[in-house]
Amino acid sequence: MSVASPSPAATGHGVAVAFEDMHRWYGSVHALRGLSLEIAPGELIALLGPSGCGKTTALRALGGLDEVDQGRILVGGKDMTRVPANKRNMGIVFQAYSLFPNMTARDNVAYGLRLRGVDGAKRKKKAEETLELVGLGAQASRYPHQMSGGQQQRVALARALAIEPSVLLLDEPLSALDAKVRRQLREEIRRIQIMVGITTLFVTHDQEEALAMGDRVGVMSAGRLEQIAAPAELYDRPATKFVAEFVGLTNRIPGRTDGSDVEVLGTRVPLLPGATDRGAVQVLVRPENVRLAAADGGTGRVLAVSFLGSLCRAQVALPDETIVVAQMSATESAGLYPGATVNVSVVPAPVFAVAE
Amino acid sequence: MSQAPGFEYAAAAQDGGALISKRPKGAGKGRRTPLSQRAARIVVLVLVLGYLILPLFAMLEFSTRGDFDRTTKTFGRTLDSFAAIFSNDDLMTSIITSLEIAVLTVFGMLVLLVPTMVWTVVRVPRMRRVVEFLCLLPLAIPAIVIVVGIAPIYRWMGQNLGGFGASALTLAFIDVILVLPYSYRAIDSSLRSIDTATLSDAARSLGAGWPRTIFSVIVPNIRGGILSASVLAIALVLGEYTISSLLSFNTVQVVIYLLGKRNPYVSVAVSLAALVFAFVLLFVISRFAPGADSRAQRAEEEPA
Repeated sequence: MSVASPSPAATGHGVAVAFEDMHRWYGSVHALRGLSLEIAPGELIALLGPSGCGKTTALRALGGLDEVDQGRILVGGKDMTRVPANKRNMGIVFQAYSLFPNMTARDNVAYGLRLRGVDGAKRKKKAEETLELVGLGAQASRYPHQMSGGQQQRVALARALAIEPSVLLLDEPLSALDAKVRRQLREEIRRIQIMVGITTLFVTHDQEEALAMGDRVGVMSAGRLEQIAAPAELYDRPATKFVAEFVGLTNRIPGRTDGSDVEVLGTRVPLLPGATDRGAVQVLVRPENVRLAAADGGTGRVLAVSFLGSLCRAQVALPDETIVVAQMSATESAGLYPGATVNVSVVPAPVFAVAE
Repeated sequence: MSQAPGFEYAAAAQDGGALISKRPKGAGKGRRTPLSQRAARIVVLVLVLGYLILPLFAMLEFSTRGDFDRTTKTFGRTLDSFAAIFSNDDLMTSIITSLEIAVLTVFGMLVLLVPTMVWTVVRVPRMRRVVEFLCLLPLAIPAIVIVVGIAPIYRWMGQNLGGFGASALTLAFIDVILVLPYSYRAIDSSLRSIDTATLSDAARSLGAGWPRTIFSVIVPNIRGGILSASVLAIALVLGEYTISSLLSFNTVQVVIYLLGKRNPYVSVAVSLAALVFAFVLLFVISRFAPGADSRAQRAEEEPA
């Protein structure tokens, strides 16, 4: 379970990594627009955002693989902004398979140790221990082409951890894997990260991954950090329209607000800070906060019902033709079928609203 | 309850397991090539092989001719022409000189091309086209134009740089340029078969500087391309005649030509030996330097 850490400075844990007002231009494209962020020691921060939002640029800048045009990067209080990549002591796992094809898994893991002058026997022992850590002790003599994608990414993780880096950087390491392996590996990465206690920056465009793995999740858009918060807070209390719409599934239901509350589907619910606070609005309501009650003569008409295992999702058309998605447990969905009429209401949880 | 085929497929794919499909009986028969097509292929193959091998066979036949027997009206067989290669001082000197030029050319080409191409791919990919254009340029410039342009420099070197300036080894400077188009293609295809940028980033993040990244990570993985580029360079240098002749350097091709006027048997024997040498080199490379394609193929064969 994730532990929320609103801000490293506030928790008194100190700061392992700090981005200070980072800017990066690629020609006319402003990839990073004043990115500032603090990561506590041992914390896993997930940077989440759509393609081109600047999350990978931020990670590469921290790893020294890309430069920043303005701003500073501090690691353990030291300014690393102009330090070359090979002097930063950071372990990186890349999106693409990055194992050296000419080396066995053991040699790949030992590569960084060899560069640090660790002698042969110690190097071999450490490499094999680290491979054991990722569950690949028996595969040490295999070459990358003899391993599956998931195994290759585990070796890449072992290679990054073997050098005992100050920060672990994960650049969408799971995106090339199939769904099942991806779920297994993300849990394993999180387990190892907590066990080793290493400060980690994890970049992904998969919100399920980000919410499942991050102590805190930073949502980026167009080079800016929109919000950084614990997963539950990010999901329940989005600070901006972008976060409200980008994270999780969201219904847009017409409503009317007077400033502090909004009336939606006959229920008054509190407005979140930052929401549009006057007049007719589109209220952003999570599917799990929509309630359906089967009733003859109800105002909503069920269009479709999707069975998702323990959960069920139903699409309902309102009288004004707005389509609303409701999510409930499988037992609650009894009596729902395409064509059934239902009464639709919302749970009075705080919501975000945007202008119509 | 029986499962639908689609469900079985999805389950296998979710497990990440290999999908093994049995070949239906008789599936191969439907695709069997008709006899006429197979016969046509064999005929084409024989014709092509004949076209390629016949000249070599003719060279062998000519260079091994001995005394003419008037009774049988046939030539005897002898390896004197091949033995003469080693007893002809001019020829041996020119072979050694050409091999030295080839070694220098390969060295120069690799030192110039490999770091440049790696740097271009990793750091300035937008310059890839420019580098490619520059490397392919020698294809478009006739050798005679290069000689006319460069002859004054060689004259100056001969007059001012003593023994080195007058040495045939200086031909390596021109040969490095001449082999660029072929070597570029060989190395480029190897670089494209690996994720050069990611491998470099990985090596650097682990603490390797640029020289170490190139020599311990990139070069071993483009070994096939480097060997191919080297063989092409050697073959080109050993076969280069125009520039050596016009600049009055006695390389092997120039000496073969001069020898051909005096003793055509030895001349043809040397040419044949040079061809066989190139074939052997190519065979060694194809045997001992498997490329990325065969590596990928092995990966498919051995799913983990």
